[in-house]
Amino acid sequence: MSEWVVDARDLTKVYQMGDVEVHALRGLSMLIEPGEIVAIMGPSGSGKSTLMNMLGCLDSPTSGEYYLDGERVAGMVDDQLADIRNRKVGFVFQGFNLLPRSSALANVELPLRYSSTNGRSRRGMARSALEVVGLGDRMNHRPNELSGGEQQRVAIARAIVNEPSIVMADEPTGNLDTKSGDEIMELLLSLNHDQGTTLIVVTHDPEIAAHTGRVVNIRDGRVVMENNL
Amino acid sequence: MSLWQSFLEAIGSLSANKTRSSLTMLGIMIGVGAVIALMGLGEGTQASITGEIESIGTNVLFVSSGGEADNPEALTIRDAQVIADPSLAPSVKNVAPVLQGKVEVSIPGESTSTSLVAITPEYHLVQSADVAQGLPITDDQLENYASIVLLGTDVAEELFNRTTDLIGEKVRLNGQVFTVSGVLEEQGAAGFGSSGDNQVLVPLTTAQMRLLKRASSDEVDLIYIQANNAEGVPAAEEEVAQILRSRHRSTLGEDDFEITTTQSIVDMAETITNTLTLFLGAIAGVSLLVGGIGIMNIMLVTVTERTKEIGLRKAMGARKRDVLSQFLVESSLLSLGGGLIGIMLGFGIAIMVGRLISIDAVITVEVVLLATLFSAAIGLFFGLYPANRAASLEPVEALRSE
Repeated sequence: MSEWVVDARDLTKVYQMGDVEVHALRGLSMLIEPGEIVAIMGPSGSGKSTLMNMLGCLDSPTSGEYYLDGERVAGMVDDQLADIRNRKVGFVFQGFNLLPRSSALANVELPLRYSSTNGRSRRGMARSALEVVGLGDRMNHRPNELSGGEQQRVAIARAIVNEPSIVMADEPTGNLDTKSGDEIMELLLSLNHDQGTTLIVVTHDPEIAAHTGRVVNIRDGRVVMENNL
Repeated sequence: MSLWQSFLEAIGSLSANKTRSSLTMLGIMIGVGAVIALMGLGEGTQASITGEIESIGTNVLFVSSGGEADNPEALTIRDAQVIADPSLAPSVKNVAPVLQGKVEVSIPGESTSTSLVAITPEYHLVQSADVAQGLPITDDQLENYASIVLLGTDVAEELFNRTTDLIGEKVRLNGQVFTVSGVLEEQGAAGFGSSGDNQVLVPLTTAQMRLLKRASSDEVDLIYIQANNAEGVPAAEEEVAQILRSRHRSTLGEDDFEITTTQSIVDMAETITNTLTLFLGAIAGVSLLVGGIGIMNIMLVTVTERTKEIGLRKAMGARKRDVLSQFLVESSLLSLGGGLIGIMLGFGIAIMVGRLISIDAVITVEVVLLATLFSAAIGLFFGLYPANRAASLEPVEALRSE
């Protein structure tokens, strides 16, 4: 087991937009210990979304090295990326991204359906994840029967159901009112506290960032400032 | 993801868009239904024609005047007698010369027009003309120009509204009084309107004299010939040809007669109905193709609508083949579902139309299997492009879409 859960060195990402090359990441390095909470901040166009895509294994870097929980991610092909996302990354999106026709339970089961987990343990794991986020009594409700805060809880349960190495939360409170937003942040922090989940929050809200232990500021594809709170 | 899971999810997403799914299925339904109905009716027609021809007997051939010659000499009773000579035509078992024509059959208050066949007793051996009640025509009646008639069941029904207790009744054939000496066995529907039940049989000599006048008094229209067995048909054909050539002095020129075997008619009929069935099937197949394009169209719309969902699934670890199979299962279900309903629909149509035109539609297991496989294959084929498009989406791009 590696010392770092995230070990990214000299990451670059170049997009070809017609004739123009866009350098979204310009040699960015980042190390994250297991159990850390890290906020990634930066204005739009700073490369923080690209960084999130790299760290979440949704895309591979143009150059540089990235080890997630000891596995070399740079150079992986699509299906390998899908596999490592399935095993090691949990996602929480701003817009919840739940399947509208499926129950909370079925939504939480979704990542397990793409792993080799069998049906019965799938159900059990999804139930306990929903209990962890405090929705043990609403498992069979569909997303449209749940409040925004509850929907985000379902999404968090889905992110942690396969016990990932990192949970990536992209503006997790962006679509919620202040009260629900605070509750969601509390939930994420308690997960980190109780279960040692490594949490990477991408946000532009300094208040959210203030909840975390470490804030990384990105600008023009580079880390410009790190604060350890 | 297991196939069963994909199946359940596909059912879920198809039933979420019920109107759209059923309209898409309708295309395949109509296509498969049309194929099944046309194939079934085609096969049924073929079976009925073949059956009717074979009911004459596969060892039967018949000779008619004509052929390639310019001035054909008519066939005569004498020709038939020579063909019946075992020393000249050893492969021939029975010979039945006939005259054929139309006749007006009437009783007081009722009248109907029907086919008249004038026969010798051998006809009962050569043709399916069993007598249900009464007696077949005898040599005695032939010699005495007897005024007796055997009625087909349709004719009996038409005149008397019954098919029993008719022996001894008087009927008029073209105004001349004949006594009913029997009723033929019912043969059943036989396609294309002609029927062995809508005819009357009289002794050949009686007809020659009083009903069907020909240029020469011993002229006949057809000579039915029964070979010893089905294998003897080619030999019998050759023997009969030799006899007629020498009797008609046409050994050098073209034959002035034509010999037709049952098998040759069956072959010809099968060729015609096969071509017809295939042709109709191909037209119906076009609508199946259109249905398939409909599936492709709707699947492309579905993929576009669900881009974000696809991105999400990929972020959760769905591989290319998971997404591919999810959409392929959906499109196959659409076309298979449409196909299965279409098979039932086609069944229904074939049976109903078959009843209207009195043909028993024949829907074979092969046709049903073929239709099922074909509709599944259509779903796969036309679903492949949309599914592949979904599977190749970049997760980052797909998640960003709204």
